[in-house]
Amino acid sequence: MPKESSRREFLKRSAKGAAVGGATAVTVPTAVAENSPATLKTANTTKTNSICPYCAVGCSVVVHTIGDKSRNVKPAIVHIEGDPDSPINRGTLCSKGASLEEFVQSDRRLTTVQHRAAGSREWKRMSWAEAVPKMARFIKDSRDKGFEAEDPQGRTVNRLKNIAMIGGCTDTNEINYLLSKFRFGLGMVAYENQSRL
Amino acid sequence: MIVAKLIDTTLCIGCKACEVACQEWNDQEYTMGTFDGSYQTKPELEANFWNLIKFNEFEKDGATSWLMSKYQCMHCADAGCLAACPAPGAIVPLANGTIDFVHENCIGCGYCITGCPFDVPRLNATTKKAYKCTLCSDRTAVGLEPACIKTCPTNCLNFGERDELLHLAETRAGELKADGFADAGVYNPQGVGGTNVLYVLKHASEPEKYGLPKDPVIPWTVSLWKGPMKWMGTLMFWGTVFGAFFHFVIYGPQDPEKHGHPEDPSDKS
Repeated sequence: MPKESSRREFLKRSAKGAAVGGATAVTVPTAVAENSPATLKTANTTKTNSICPYCAVGCSVVVHTIGDKSRNVKPAIVHIEGDPDSPINRGTLCSKGASLEEFVQSDRRLTTVQHRAAGSREWKRMSWAEAVPKMARFIKDSRDKGFEAEDPQGRTVNRLKNIAMIGGCTDTNEINYLLSKFRFGLGMVAYENQSRL
Repeated sequence: MIVAKLIDTTLCIGCKACEVACQEWNDQEYTMGTFDGSYQTKPELEANFWNLIKFNEFEKDGATSWLMSKYQCMHCADAGCLAACPAPGAIVPLANGTIDFVHENCIGCGYCITGCPFDVPRLNATTKKAYKCTLCSDRTAVGLEPACIKTCPTNCLNFGERDELLHLAETRAGELKADGFADAGVYNPQGVGGTNVLYVLKHASEPEKYGLPKDPVIPWTVSLWKGPMKWMGTLMFWGTVFGAFFHFVIYGPQDPEKHGHPEDPSDKS
């Protein structure tokens, strides 16, 4: 083997080795990066105010959704957080309220009417179209059976004692207003709610 | 402007809203653990669980109470993870004092875990990258507070300019002292140049009771490895390269036909 070629080869090899070695041994100093607003999850969302459905405090929440203005996109909730403008919670939420996004998106969440017929053990899915007339029928029958216009002393009472209603602070003001109206209209006296917590 | 978190441990009620808010904002799935007789969500931080409320049991005069503490990245001014990290750009100190992990550049060596005096970063076994609290750098970048701070219902967590929060912390510690907690004080360890997560503690002389190290420093192995050992290694590498090169230039290659190997039996020359 000629001496000349082996020397050249050696020089080549050492140059390569130095390049690789240099790359590993010299560390580029880490620069102090500017804080840049790259991708904020809630940057382009529609903000809808709502109420936390858990306890009687009734914290206000902001629901961030994307895609709900688009025609061909299924809207999605990306974040739910406390409403900073609310005097009730001033933007804060407890651990349950903070998990609302998962509550809404849970695959175990009930989205249809569940009906358990008298004497049955099974819950069955029912459509609203079927459920609403059924409930109306039950209410009407019970009211016809149990309505008292006068008490035994002959005083006008117009009361209904065989139906009770459960309302709640977890509903919005509007829903509770309608519930109360409905209750007074029927003469229902047994009423339970959580708002006195 | 250096931003900071202030955790007034005396106001924490252990509701864990900050834990949930952290998980929600960072879109992290909760991994079920086992119940081990504590109110704590998990015994330790995890790669997908960056913020843990510790229920430290404290006994005094036969009565047990909890010393609450929030366990997450401390965003040290002199960060051990940053000192230990060998991957350029994987751990980035932001202009506002946040120590952020850039996972694209992380090589998953886990040296940040060794370098952290608070034992905070966690390695994800699947992605082989290290994860920890980012101080919600995406939120702070647009002027929002981190998710945990926003949700805290008892005002135990505060966020703002570091100097102002230090002042607030001292004020609060003073109030506690006036209320009879003589040992109250601020946790702002100087061994790591001060942290951007400040605590107000009732027992400031014994932070171990809160699960916080008393005098955290960057492990000496990290300083040795990233300091003298690195210089020596570089010197030895280049010394060898240049030594071999100049030896070749000056003396040329070894010629087996000329010199031969006396101990080689096949060499008959």
